[in-house]
Amino acid sequence: MTKKRALLAGAHFMNGDVACAEGAIAAGCRFFAGYPITPATEIAEHLSERMPEFGGIYIQMEDEIGSMAAVIGASYAGLKAMTATSGPGFSLMQENIGLAAMTETPCVIVDIMRGGPSTGQPTLPGQQDVMQAKWGSHGDYGIIALSPSSVQEMFNLTIEAFNLSETYRVPTLLMGDEIVGHMWEKVVIPPASEIETVNRKKPHVPPDKYAPFMPDDDLVPPMACFGEGYRFHATGLTHDEHGYPKTQSSEVQSKLVRRLCEKINKNEDRIVKVEEIMLEDADIAVISYGIVARSALSAVRKARETGIKAGLLRLITLWPFPEKRVKKLARKTKAIVVPEMNCGQMVREVERAAKETPVAFLSKLGEDPHRPKEILEVMRRSA
Amino acid sequence: MRIEIRFAGFGGQGIIKSGIIVAAAACIHGGKNAVQTQSYGPESRGGACKSEVVIAEEDIDFPKVVEPDVLIVMSQHAYNEYVDDVKSGGIIIMDPDMVPHEKNLKKVRVFRIPATKIADELGRRIVANIAMLGAFVAITNMVDEKSVIESIKANIPKGTEQLNLAAFEKGYEYGKTLLKS
Repeated sequence: MTKKRALLAGAHFMNGDVACAEGAIAAGCRFFAGYPITPATEIAEHLSERMPEFGGIYIQMEDEIGSMAAVIGASYAGLKAMTATSGPGFSLMQENIGLAAMTETPCVIVDIMRGGPSTGQPTLPGQQDVMQAKWGSHGDYGIIALSPSSVQEMFNLTIEAFNLSETYRVPTLLMGDEIVGHMWEKVVIPPASEIETVNRKKPHVPPDKYAPFMPDDDLVPPMACFGEGYRFHATGLTHDEHGYPKTQSSEVQSKLVRRLCEKINKNEDRIVKVEEIMLEDADIAVISYGIVARSALSAVRKARETGIKAGLLRLITLWPFPEKRVKKLARKTKAIVVPEMNCGQMVREVERAAKETPVAFLSKLGEDPHRPKEILEVMRRSA
Repeated sequence: MRIEIRFAGFGGQGIIKSGIIVAAAACIHGGKNAVQTQSYGPESRGGACKSEVVIAEEDIDFPKVVEPDVLIVMSQHAYNEYVDDVKSGGIIIMDPDMVPHEKNLKKVRVFRIPATKIADELGRRIVANIAMLGAFVAITNMVDEKSVIESIKANIPKGTEQLNLAAFEKGYEYGKTLLKS
């Protein structure tokens, strides 16, 4: 048993879904509630075996709405909690993702994107949920979303998602896709002592002084667990610092909702991660994320071989959108190319940030991401 | 040097497993970079199925196969679908009993391995994919034989080692014989 209970430190050949599940365990996640769906099922399957080995809880719920509700409850009880799904299930979760945002519940939602809309193409990849990640639930709220490009990143970014979620008391989304989820690749899992994990900050006042939605200077309120002796009222209704509903107060609505947005937006520099490849002297930049970024990298390398000064900005953080990085890049490049496996989503954010710099969009739907030569061709035309 | 290998057939033949075994052999047991991707329909068995492996000394950016060096094919449908993608000078390894209608192909080398028959003779058709793997290793030498055997052992259900390794051996011998002839 002791061997099984341990993290699997060392090099392994595994698929992205399993790497995500192992990342969750490494991050300290001890609660999973979900409803299996292709291509995310292997996350649930693997955690159904691994969670009990670590004294954690695995529940197969009746549906995705219930899964998200259970995750919120577990987080309030003090556990790091997650669920995993794909497009149709992600749609069903939106109402309770909004509840998690409103009640400032740390939790991780993994969406292994497949072709949509509706049940679409269950076994094929897509990047069609990236705007839903930002705007899926009603109302205004800040959210964090990350985009892995490899099996190693499915492991690393799952840990990062938990850390960000605990730091900012916000639901954090890992937006993978079918290829990254099902692809097998080498993953190096470091020893537990080398894995950095973050836990939510606890109240620094005695129970009678505690207000569960009173923020510190970083706009994030410390979080007590239910049952630790602190009075804690939580509701989806607009609430004051004590968590009590204030459904008629414009002032409370304005203060709360703006803070929910600002605690993410104002921390953009701390949250955002991108990878910059060969951008120093680039005339043409590809901005890409997820599995498509690997086609883009191949295209950029081929472009360099033919004398085109090309570079890649890989978005690891999708939300908050790395606006400053894109603006800076747009100022020094002649053109930007954005390939996506959708009909044009993140490209809108790029265009907004790029201002006058021309942006070429390259859409792809179905089985395969863009072939490198397709991206290369657009780069040639833009050069 | 980037090597692209495509396995294709229908769901239930162990097509995806074959890709995983080869990629893991090259990566974990062979010290190279390798990535395996897959494509299959929502059916659990019987639908078209494809498994792709890219092996390289350098980092692998694009993980999908564009122009396979080797196509290992175990159904007529997959043969029809993918046979024209194979690189000029490339290799096709096929099970002739599963692909009754062949095209007249030039610029590729074709090896016919009766993998399903070999598996039937061993008593379990389910190991036909492993017989194909044996032939693949013998014919191409792209992945080290010992690495593949280790990888097979690590990726099959416990208790089936003898059966799977026998299938590998038979396929390997058949492949070697074809090479000599």
